[in-house]
Amino acid sequence: MYDTIIIGAGMSGLAAGIRLAHFGQKVCILERHYTIGGLNSFYRLDGRDYDVGLHAVTNYAEKGDRRGPLGRLLRQLRFKWEEFSLSPQLGSRIAFPDTSLAFDNDLELLKSEIRDKFPGQEDAFDNLLSQILDYDDINDDNYPGSARGIVAATISDPLLIEMLFCPLMWYGNAREHDMDWGQFCIMFRSIYMEGFARPFKGVRLLLKNLIRKYRKLGGELRLRSGVQKIKIEDGRTVGVVLDDGEELEARKVVSSAGYFETMRMCEDCQSEKPSEPGRLSFVESISVIDKQPKDVGYPSTIVFFNDTNKFHWEKPEDQLCDIRTGVICSPNNFAYPAGEQLDEGFIRMTALANFDRWINLSESEYEREKIIWNDRLIESAARFIPDFRRHVKATDMFTPKTIQRFTWHTNGAIYGAPDKRLDGSTHLPNLFICGTDQGFVGIIGAIMSGVSIANRYLLRDDEE
Amino acid sequence: MTPDKIRDEVLDILRDIAPDDDITDIDDEKSFRDQIELDSMDFLDIVMELRKRHRVQIPEEDYPQLASMASTVAYLEPLMKDM
Repeated sequence: MYDTIIIGAGMSGLAAGIRLAHFGQKVCILERHYTIGGLNSFYRLDGRDYDVGLHAVTNYAEKGDRRGPLGRLLRQLRFKWEEFSLSPQLGSRIAFPDTSLAFDNDLELLKSEIRDKFPGQEDAFDNLLSQILDYDDINDDNYPGSARGIVAATISDPLLIEMLFCPLMWYGNAREHDMDWGQFCIMFRSIYMEGFARPFKGVRLLLKNLIRKYRKLGGELRLRSGVQKIKIEDGRTVGVVLDDGEELEARKVVSSAGYFETMRMCEDCQSEKPSEPGRLSFVESISVIDKQPKDVGYPSTIVFFNDTNKFHWEKPEDQLCDIRTGVICSPNNFAYPAGEQLDEGFIRMTALANFDRWINLSESEYEREKIIWNDRLIESAARFIPDFRRHVKATDMFTPKTIQRFTWHTNGAIYGAPDKRLDGSTHLPNLFICGTDQGFVGIIGAIMSGVSIANRYLLRDDEE
Repeated sequence: MTPDKIRDEVLDILRDIAPDDDITDIDDEKSFRDQIELDSMDFLDIVMELRKRHRVQIPEEDYPQLASMASTVAYLEPLMKDM
């Protein structure tokens, strides 16, 4: 009998596991995949290391800065700042056809860009900032509400509004067209006020530190152990059934598999009002180039582009991908210590994609469309950055099909369902949700989600 | 445990919770929050570490007594004197 079973060895599951194991619980993390990481993972192909998932860690804070989410989670998990060894970004850009806004981890740059390019909007922007600072992310009361509505009531220039929304939607919005106000505030702080960073060794360093700590504390991890069913007796979960039929008992279960996905695992799933799964999925193209990205004219960390003055955040209905907007990122372009640099140049690009269309392709069509859309995506991005295609020596591409295969998210929806379960509760008193569908996004958000659900429900003796 | 030993234990917990903080010259009379940045989550961790390490149960209404080192040691002394 386990005190707690955790479904999914992604960032949130590992973080919850560390908290529980630290305080003496008998805990087991079950992961269907043969490796850890979930939405943020890594792989090796043809002798190269690739990262998948987020381009960068958000919520950057310098060593010694304890106020933000990064400092808080380091303390909660008993890590030293150095163990995450985050190197800050070099500088990013929001690129629309006629205007570009540069930003980095110091909000002053974005402010001065707005002064230069949107004269007359600086006071409105300050006003927006104070509304964002007033948002209390501990108390969820003000989370719902149209962020577009609130921003439009504050900022009058429609182009500036579109530009500000573009990176925030890209980095974690499961809802089409608009964002919840709470999500907007959390994303705004994490991207524009705290900012981007990356460990030199990428996401694998974070995952390895998490799993090492979890194991050292006596936590158990079982890979290739998918959960087919969450068992229920008398209105409580009593454990899980694995894909191979093995049964495990637990006092509490927490799932990071997604809300919709978790409900489907419950024996009594019919009794729960079905929730809406997410619809937004992505393709990502990774190009390995024969020079450092800065030497082919790409010095930025991340560029969010959009090819008209209106930003469309929606599932492409008629095509496999929507390449009007996209994200370009180079893991080379971070301020690594002592001028360290990755041996090869990497440029990653992401675009919106239609899950159903990708999943229905035949094997040969699928391979062909991957090549076609990889090229179209780079061509689309080449309107905003130099065309680097003659320097490419290897490429890889993931699609909604890949995402579903490795994460089991319905519709390949990376950011999960549009309606979040902010308090992590479910219809059962001892079953909880953590991770993406609890409303936390990004690497730091996912870790905080695991920590907060562990603290709120799993470490309490006086349950429910 | 003597008050000095209890103080060492609390210091050890603080060191564990905030490994990046320098707590060697903490002022016992001043509140923890004025000297190291502890939020409510950290504060709960002090309580949980005491429970984990010494089986000391601290009811929520007594949390205010853990504001400073001096008040914490005074509060814990009767609970930990036989350990």
